[in-house]
Amino acid sequence: MPTGYDSATVWLVIALAGVLTFAIRGSFIYLFGRIDDVPPTVESALEYVPAAVFAALVFPALLAPSGDLAVSVGNDKLVAGALAALAAWYTERVLATILVGMGALWVLRFVV
Amino acid sequence: MPTVSSDLLDGVRAAGPLQLGIAPFGLVAGVAAVEQGLSVAHALGFSSLVFAGASQLAMIELLGADAPLAIVVGTAVVINLRTMMYSASIAPYFRDLTARAKALASYLLTDQAYAVSIARYGRDGETDRFAYYVGAGASLWFVWQVTTVAGALLGSGLPPEWGFDFAAPLVFLALLVPTLKDRASGASCLVGGLVATGVVVAGVPFHLDIIVAAVVGVLAGLGVESLGGDA
Repeated sequence: MPTGYDSATVWLVIALAGVLTFAIRGSFIYLFGRIDDVPPTVESALEYVPAAVFAALVFPALLAPSGDLAVSVGNDKLVAGALAALAAWYTERVLATILVGMGALWVLRFVV
Repeated sequence: MPTVSSDLLDGVRAAGPLQLGIAPFGLVAGVAAVEQGLSVAHALGFSSLVFAGASQLAMIELLGADAPLAIVVGTAVVINLRTMMYSASIAPYFRDLTARAKALASYLLTDQAYAVSIARYGRDGETDRFAYYVGAGASLWFVWQVTTVAGALLGSGLPPEWGFDFAAPLVFLALLVPTLKDRASGASCLVGGLVATGVVVAGVPFHLDIIVAAVVGVLAGLGVESLGGDA
């Protein structure tokens, strides 16, 4: 679905996200000497951010691709995603994961 | 004595194998931008000004769904919080840099540049650390810019029935799997993923799924860790 936002608004989002992302990346590189270590509780919490965030980006796209729960073999994205997960597990490669997932989706859509 | 340029080239070489993951990821991010109604210039703007693939892709999808702007930017911040860990971990090696060099180092701080640099710093104390880091970071940057623009130029010509939008969750899947190191991170994944799905299925407005799932998922990980399940 094409966005309803106009071009200038998209540029505003890009600029804001750019500044904030730079600030996060620079945080400790600039603060070093004043704050040498991340507080242990913050460090533990940050450690779990990638698993939670990436899962939040993956699960709905596979389990509910059109917004409704669709846990069945008739859901081609769930089946293709499960095969891609195996590829990701064994290869730890982005390219292999994409190739297996897209390949499986196309086989399910155009061949089976 | 290693020279500056040889360390820089070593960094470029070390990043080489990772480019095989960056290139398709960049193509996906470029295609996604055009599919969601953004321009090639927007795609390049995201890649050059934000330069953070996972958050770019998520923002593009949220813009396509007309999510509130605070949610779009807030989701990007949550996704990029992990780079704060990298910043803290690599900061001691950059302590003597000038402010301008620190700015460049911060701008180039990606999962991949961090991973190859920190591995080298642990092995070899002789390396010109900044040169090595810039070699890795700038070559990753270059491939990212070229492939996102290529994807955006290609994007509008792709037939919709081929479902290229599915490549985005596949990229996230490839990023997710290596984070599953123990029971606690597994709990974060499972709880975060299921909460996000629940939020989407329940039709909660404003596309809060990633932010809510991040908070609940991190709490689940901390909970399992405190129970001693971090085996």
